[in-house]
Amino acid sequence: MSTSKYETVIGLEVHVELHTKTKIFCGCSTEFGAPPNTHTCPVCLGHPGVLPVLNRQAVDYAMKAAMALNCEIGDVSKFDRKNYFYPDSPKAYQISQYDQPIGENGYIDIEVDGRTKRIGITRLHLEEDAGKLTHVDGGYASLVDFNRVGTPLVEIVSEPDISSPEEARAYLEKLRAIMQYCEVSDVKMEEGSMRCDANISLRPWGQKEFGTRAELKNMNSFRGVVRGLEYEQYRQAEILDEGGEVVQETRRWDEAQGKTFSMRGKEEAHDYRYFPDPDLVKIHIDQAWKDRIRASIPELPDARKARYTAEYGLPEYDAGVITSSKPLADLFENSLEYTSDAKAVSNWIMGDLLGYLNSNGLELPQVKLTGQGLGEMINLIEKGTISSKIAKTVFKEMLQSGKLPQQIVEEQGLVQISDEGAILEIVKEVVANNPASVQDYKAGKEKAIGFLVGQVMKQSKGKANPGLVNKLLVEVLKD
Amino acid sequence: MSIQVKDVEHVAKLARLNLSDEEREMFTEQLNAILQYADKLNELDTEGVEPTTHVLHLSNVMREDEVHESLPQEKVFRNAPDEEDGQFKVPAVLE
Amino acid sequence: MSLFDLRLQEVHNRLSKKELSVTDLVGDAFAKISERDGQVGAYLTLNEEGARAEAARLDNKLAGGEEKGLLFGLPVGIKDNMVTEGLRTTCASQFLANYDPIYDATVVAKLKLAEAVTVGKLNMDEFAMGGSNENSSFHPVRNPWDLSRVPGGSSGGSAAAVAAGEAYFTLGSDTGGSIRQPASYCGVVGLKPTYGLVSRYGLVAFASSLDQIGPITKNVEDAAYVLQAIAGHDPKDSTSADVEIPDYLEALTGDVKGLRIAVPKEYLDGVDPQVKDAVMAALKVLEGLGAVWEEVSLPHTEYAVAAYYLLASSEASSNLSRFDGVRYGVRADHAGNLLDLYLESRSQGFGPEVKRRIMLGTYALSSGYYDAYYLKAQKVRTLIKRDFDQTFEKYDVIIGPTAPTTAFPLGSQVDDPLTMYLNDILTIPVSLAGVPAISVPCGFADGLPVGLQIIGKAFDESSVLRVAHAFEAHTDHHKQRPSL
Repeated sequence: MSTSKYETVIGLEVHVELHTKTKIFCGCSTEFGAPPNTHTCPVCLGHPGVLPVLNRQAVDYAMKAAMALNCEIGDVSKFDRKNYFYPDSPKAYQISQYDQPIGENGYIDIEVDGRTKRIGITRLHLEEDAGKLTHVDGGYASLVDFNRVGTPLVEIVSEPDISSPEEARAYLEKLRAIMQYCEVSDVKMEEGSMRCDANISLRPWGQKEFGTRAELKNMNSFRGVVRGLEYEQYRQAEILDEGGEVVQETRRWDEAQGKTFSMRGKEEAHDYRYFPDPDLVKIHIDQAWKDRIRASIPELPDARKARYTAEYGLPEYDAGVITSSKPLADLFENSLEYTSDAKAVSNWIMGDLLGYLNSNGLELPQVKLTGQGLGEMINLIEKGTISSKIAKTVFKEMLQSGKLPQQIVEEQGLVQISDEGAILEIVKEVVANNPASVQDYKAGKEKAIGFLVGQVMKQSKGKANPGLVNKLLVEVLKD
Repeated sequence: MSIQVKDVEHVAKLARLNLSDEEREMFTEQLNAILQYADKLNELDTEGVEPTTHVLHLSNVMREDEVHESLPQEKVFRNAPDEEDGQFKVPAVLE
Repeated sequence: MSLFDLRLQEVHNRLSKKELSVTDLVGDAFAKISERDGQVGAYLTLNEEGARAEAARLDNKLAGGEEKGLLFGLPVGIKDNMVTEGLRTTCASQFLANYDPIYDATVVAKLKLAEAVTVGKLNMDEFAMGGSNENSSFHPVRNPWDLSRVPGGSSGGSAAAVAAGEAYFTLGSDTGGSIRQPASYCGVVGLKPTYGLVSRYGLVAFASSLDQIGPITKNVEDAAYVLQAIAGHDPKDSTSADVEIPDYLEALTGDVKGLRIAVPKEYLDGVDPQVKDAVMAALKVLEGLGAVWEEVSLPHTEYAVAAYYLLASSEASSNLSRFDGVRYGVRADHAGNLLDLYLESRSQGFGPEVKRRIMLGTYALSSGYYDAYYLKAQKVRTLIKRDFDQTFEKYDVIIGPTAPTTAFPLGSQVDDPLTMYLNDILTIPVSLAGVPAISVPCGFADGLPVGLQIIGKAFDESSVLRVAHAFEAHTDHHKQRPSL
């Protein structure tokens, strides 16, 4: 069995929660983490007689997101009811958009293996989120919390242009970055403010018609999406290899078992009976409104990346990594307000910062490092105030306390010793105490000097200027 | 178009209604009569006619993004058939 | 003249002069209720304790000489599909038999602001679906003029309560004729305002694009008076019109000289001859006052009922989905899983007519039928609206009967939904067009009241009221009271 016989076709449906202060159709707060059902009112609880009133900010954000994804914005948009019964949906219909979404026909560019690929975006529409169900009593009952119900969402539907799980990841990362740059959402998959369903099918290379697709749900992380799609690719290839037929169905990704499972039987054939919501009126979007939103869109990741390579000479890869996250890119730019050495800033971000974040499973906003701190620290190294080695200590301290480097250096006495007299004294002492190494060096084993440098640094508690140490050692040993 | 008993069953399921045998037959008959009557709409040529969802031509009715006070818990659960730990309780979703 | 026969404005004046107390008025209403409602069945829930306490509070206020609300002290009955916080609201459905609302409808808040006193909640067809009030899941309402006959519907309780003197005025709701038709059957005045004039917030939705709240009163002046208090833009209702509200009482000039009246021939075809005679006599009265009338055609009238039942039922099927037994209302016992909970709760909670309309609407919206039924009906709605637009280019008002017949006997049509639906043929086109219309008493046929329907341009309630008022001033049909 091999997947290489087949071309993989993937389309993604991504839901992104818009971070408005209030829900899309009522004034309840959208704040995350409140006690259950404390952010509810007759409207979002779906009591008899209530009516929705649209939150202007949600429309603005949806338009901004759509424009950032290069979508066309129609002149008229409207809301429709999607009818289905489920306990997390209080009205038993979701207010969504059927045939006149906010945006259509957009695209984003992704980079995979060094080449750029354009992924089409079919549509972006605005809708309300559902509540949250928790299973209790050993699975015999569920509890419903309606705090989340009515949080504004945009659903972003891609064209089936994605050809591999890696491309799917690149697409999601780019999408997340764009939403971050636009500041319309927190886009955290772990908190559910960004969610992804996938349609995936295989077809023999060269075949025009799509194969039968499966819809994948419950992938709660980027890694989950990649693993789920990889598994499904494998599963479908195996079926096709055996001459079988893939069933069109919804499948649930089980992270723990690393498998997808059919949800057949647990959901009936849907007939959502979409129709225009008579409680809401049309949205007419005139040019002035479009212009106002367009003007609010900041420089997006692709543009920033191009600027970083052109203006600062950053390597393509580094520029790509830094711009893939808005907080990272903002840190980079902020640092440059304090230092002119962009390359050094980039290196610290790519190396020590990302290393620390990855090994501790943290996100940038969870550490206290500031652009000012990073910029000033680089200046201290350049001035010789601290060594690169000490800088690593200072950097860690900045991550944890957010203090500025000058303060850390002063508080901990980390200033580099560049006084020749003081270093010379230590050098002499080390030479006197390590006759064996001195002899080795004099016998031509030049590497032995490394040990002696190390001893000097150790005695100076790392503060001696390493250049001076080297120079003085060579001089002393000559004698 | 004529409705069969199985169509009535399908629609009842979509609408989450349990029908007795008697109701099933009665509704099949009555819905047929009503829809037959509704077929008279086909006498009209509506080619190019815009559908009316709203009689008033209102648009862009929106509110500002300002937080309003939510309900006290007493009101949230005043009519709740079943409640546990500040949440609405229902039988398992999965059958 | 009894207290009840006073015009609302007159009551207001007498209260101001302290010739009357609110306690007197409320006492009068409850006296009538206890004397008559056993026969009529207009009320589902009484607010006697609350109303008497409120009356005492208002009387205190009166003694202090403070400023009074527009409807100060007037006993009002509210159709039981408008939510009243702390006062059970059932929509005459078993599903909501114990529903205790957690907020007030905007109209209810407006009544409170105007200081009316809520006497109780009025019977209706379940979820406002029906034209006879026989679809109440509690008990039918009987027509005060003939207890063997229906009061009409769905606001049957609202019309019967006024006819029987059990409330000084009431609020009803009209989706396809539910204010006008019972007003006609019960010999009272019923006004359906322009769609969007009165807020729907807190009106339990039947068909959202058609539902409209309006007053049912003893005379036209009272209707204008009540409308003044309840009309106006509501930011909680996105379909509420942001228009300036005129002074409706000022419109009651009595002058209809030169008024151009259109009389659609489709509205006279096939109606009961006695009803037709009463309408023709009414036109004569108006002619005598200087108005001119001509016969016109509203050619799409015959399609209105079909379009209406598809549209209203489709919207209803979605609007009534929230009654699922999760957050309020009936929950079936012993439902082992969620599907059973839905199926059983809804099947136990809804009556046959509600189920029938949910079925029809679900079908009309379902995959494969949407275009043929729902979309087609929306297009026909456009044609029907055009009939009105075109007529109003040349005429000030359209006049015809409110209903093709007078009140029919209880039980005579329950087995035949289609025939029942056709009773609404003269009120439905108006609802589809969203324009205002009033029903005023214009005579009797075999002792049963006949209603005259006066239809106006959108937001031209003033003209509708002016014509109705001028007509009423030259007749005394509205002064007749049933003998109970």
